[in-house]
Amino acid sequence: MFDITPTEWTAILLSLKVATVATLVATPLGIALAYVLARREFWGKSLLDALVHLPLVLPPVVTGYLLLLAFGRRGPIGAFLADTFGIVFAFRWTGAVLSCGVMAFPLLVRPIRLSIEAIDRRLEQAAETLGAPPWRVFFNVTLPLALPGVLAGMVLGFAKAIGEFGATITFVSNIPGETQTISSAIYSLIQTPDGDPAALRLVVVSAVIAVAALIGAEWFARRATARLHGN
Amino acid sequence: MLRVDVEKQLGEFSLQAAFESEGRVTGLFGASGAGKTSLVNMIAGLLRPDRGTIAIDGETLDDTAKGIHVPAWRRRIGYVFQDARLFPHLNVRQNLDYGRRMNGLADDPEQEKRVTGLLDIGHLLDRRPGKLSGGERQRVALGRALLAKPRLLLLDEPLGALDEGRRAEILPYLVRLRDEARIPMVYVSHDAAEMRQLATQIVLLQRGRVSSFGGVRVLS
Repeated sequence: MFDITPTEWTAILLSLKVATVATLVATPLGIALAYVLARREFWGKSLLDALVHLPLVLPPVVTGYLLLLAFGRRGPIGAFLADTFGIVFAFRWTGAVLSCGVMAFPLLVRPIRLSIEAIDRRLEQAAETLGAPPWRVFFNVTLPLALPGVLAGMVLGFAKAIGEFGATITFVSNIPGETQTISSAIYSLIQTPDGDPAALRLVVVSAVIAVAALIGAEWFARRATARLHGN
Repeated sequence: MLRVDVEKQLGEFSLQAAFESEGRVTGLFGASGAGKTSLVNMIAGLLRPDRGTIAIDGETLDDTAKGIHVPAWRRRIGYVFQDARLFPHLNVRQNLDYGRRMNGLADDPEQEKRVTGLLDIGHLLDRRPGKLSGGERQRVALGRALLAKPRLLLLDEPLGALDEGRRAEILPYLVRLRDEARIPMVYVSHDAAEMRQLATQIVLLQRGRVSSFGGVRVLS
């Protein structure tokens, strides 16, 4: 049962790579956006908020199709990026990163935003009176105090990214070794006669990854919370 | 010398205060809701006056007519809040060191020893704020403000959150601070006895207006 074939290994490693890169790229963006949504008042804020949450409520296939229209080789953004920077998303693993990142983004932003909103801003004022310019207040006070939320957001985002299926298969298809993640490999295997044992192996692997991520998150969050409460 | 002449509208409440003080400890005295904290926040640069000027030793910090507003972090004005506001993720040593680091000041172990000695907090350095008593927290907050080497120290009811016993514990440190550290202070309180012990000049604030100004006699 547990002889994982090279093809399956490829899918597992690709999933881990895609989810890790997506989480790492989305996190700084998510922190910046969460900060803006938590702290600033501006025209169009609710529109921006809705836009961020859109992938959560749209059918994933719609998100994938919109990504294909925008970031495909002939899409306006895709063509520009390909011609100017040589960055291609369509049918590449980088495209899987993009679709997983977009799908994971709302889940990543939300806990970060909540933890920034919960920060006692009087601590930031105290830092200011001690001579800290705004950017140092952010890195010395705001960010460390929001750390439990950042970690929670990263784990949720990672979990979402590693399980993402609909938007990814629509946008970058299901190419073994390039865009075939665990989810799309399972999907292919289920449709193949005699594919069940292999599909089951991948199901076990994805369950193990998910549980490991949750346990890791819990551990990090506990440590970070203990740190914050001055113990 | 501290020169303040400001107006600020805060909802229904209007604050209009002007005074000049040369005293070592300027006492801002008044009932709660008189506008003491708002006034101190304006001196610190945390709140912007609607109109007016604030200057220390001839340097203008706020002048609404000329569009001048020096941000809090460039003012070098220390602030001890009623609720110490220590950074919960840093230990006492890191809290004390914060102002020095932010202002790019050289390490000064002598000064550190003097301040931790004066406030009797040397044995707390490795603890986290969560493990300190209210009085200890307030002493650390005082040390943290002092070690940033401010040119003026604002103390907003630093004893307000403490019970009677703790107040008696901290008050002598404040008297020593007044007599030993050469930093002018603005001391906010609604406790006349505290004011008599500490202040050298009094600004009496009533419902957003300065009702009298002068020596400690003003209190009687």
